Amino acid sequence: MPTMMDNLMDAAPDEYEDDLYRVRLQDVFEGPMDLLVHLIKKAEVDIYDIPISQITAQYLEYLEWMQQMNIDFAGDFVLMASTLTHIKSRMLLPPQAGDEEEEDPRLEITRPLLEYLRIKSAAEQLAERNLLGDKTFTRKPDADILDGVEDDQVIRIGLFELIDAFQNILDKVSPDHRVDLTRDRVSVQERIAQLTEMLEAQESMTFDELFADDHQRSDIIVTFLAILEMAKLSLIRIAQHVPTGIIRIFYQ
Amino acid sequence: MAEDLKYIIESLLFVSETPLTMDHLKGTIEGEETAAIRTALDELMAEYELRDGGFLLKQVAGGYQFRTQGRYNEWIKRLIKPSTPRLSKAALETLAIIAYNQPTIRSDIEHIRGVDSGGVIRMLMERKLIRVLGRKEIPGRPLIYATTKHFLEVFELKDLKDLPTPREIEELSRSRLEENPDVEDEDEDHPPASQLPAEMPEAKTHADNQD
Repeated sequence: MPTMMDNLMDAAPDEYEDDLYRVRLQDVFEGPMDLLVHLIKKAEVDIYDIPISQITAQYLEYLEWMQQMNIDFAGDFVLMASTLTHIKSRMLLPPQAGDEEEEDPRLEITRPLLEYLRIKSAAEQLAERNLLGDKTFTRKPDADILDGVEDDQVIRIGLFELIDAFQNILDKVSPDHRVDLTRDRVSVQERIAQLTEMLEAQESMTFDELFADDHQRSDIIVTFLAILEMAKLSLIRIAQHVPTGIIRIFYQ
Repeated sequence: MAEDLKYIIESLLFVSETPLTMDHLKGTIEGEETAAIRTALDELMAEYELRDGGFLLKQVAGGYQFRTQGRYNEWIKRLIKPSTPRLSKAALETLAIIAYNQPTIRSDIEHIRGVDSGGVIRMLMERKLIRVLGRKEIPGRPLIYATTKHFLEVFELKDLKDLPTPREIEELSRSRLEENPDVEDEDEDHPPASQLPAEMPEAKTHADNQD
């Protein structure tokens, strides 16, 4: 949530009366989990024994503060607030007579918190590694441009080559094939699913092969739109073999 | 041949733009035992380690590659403009979740992070750090993500097993939670402000010299 982070930086809530909720400028809350971790650290409490009413109160006040500062926060923050409040209310209830071995309601939040902390540490450890292109360099720093296909003379192609290839396929359709309005048409979304299945099985296919089942102009257009959409979603990589000019679609 | 073999391998490694795998080396050299090649590689790695010069031979992404020493990165950056922007905290978290839980789907990632991660996932895909393995056969057929070979190269990992184990991470996260929250994000190289001397002796001597 970059907007929220930016707002936090600008807001500089130093004037806020209560020291507890003063936000250090470098503290950037990615989400409710991040905020919760911050509050628990700040309170210096054991994660296995969270003082739930204290933390909930602080969490809610923080949310209120964000509201006052006109910071847009995602629904995730509200969801966490309701979870915390729910746990708090369950803590207040006297233990039921029937089930003595009832689980600590706080586990509902402790478990995901522990998992989140693990991931946070893992992320920090990743960041501390010798990052290629930052800490360490190889002889050819930009060798990853066409990784995986370096053995072949393959280039990445642009939209215009793709449109040319599309035009060729359209030209092959005989002109007496009119669009039949009564037919069930396949949607782009459905076509993406079909193409994904085909590519999953074969890993890479030529551009022409993808149109093998399309006889109608409308089908060809749908397939082409599906290919463009898949390229945009980085599901596929489109490359052209230089010597033969064949365009290949790689599933990635 | 043993001494010669080492230098043949060294020359191949020097020329190669990507990490050279054992299979690749064996296919290129022909007629050499895996054990002999491995010994040669181990010797080479030890030699560069001992020399402790500008670069080392490292095991990366299932292969071997020459890589510069981290301590010279600032000099290298004067020569080459780094092309890749740094990964954000959100990107690293998402990447860590995928690396440890792969193959995984978006909703599982978001469950752990507690926030929408669609944009981050797309960015990681564009940077080729993760890829789609397929679709999970559950309602909605969500895409399944995993890390790529490029991920191993970028993070200088031999293979996925080279990642710190969950136990190691567990210990680290526990110690982090126990540490003083006031210094949590501080750069560890810098002492806390309270430990700094009240006066800056360096600045003072400098001033004295000028007098």
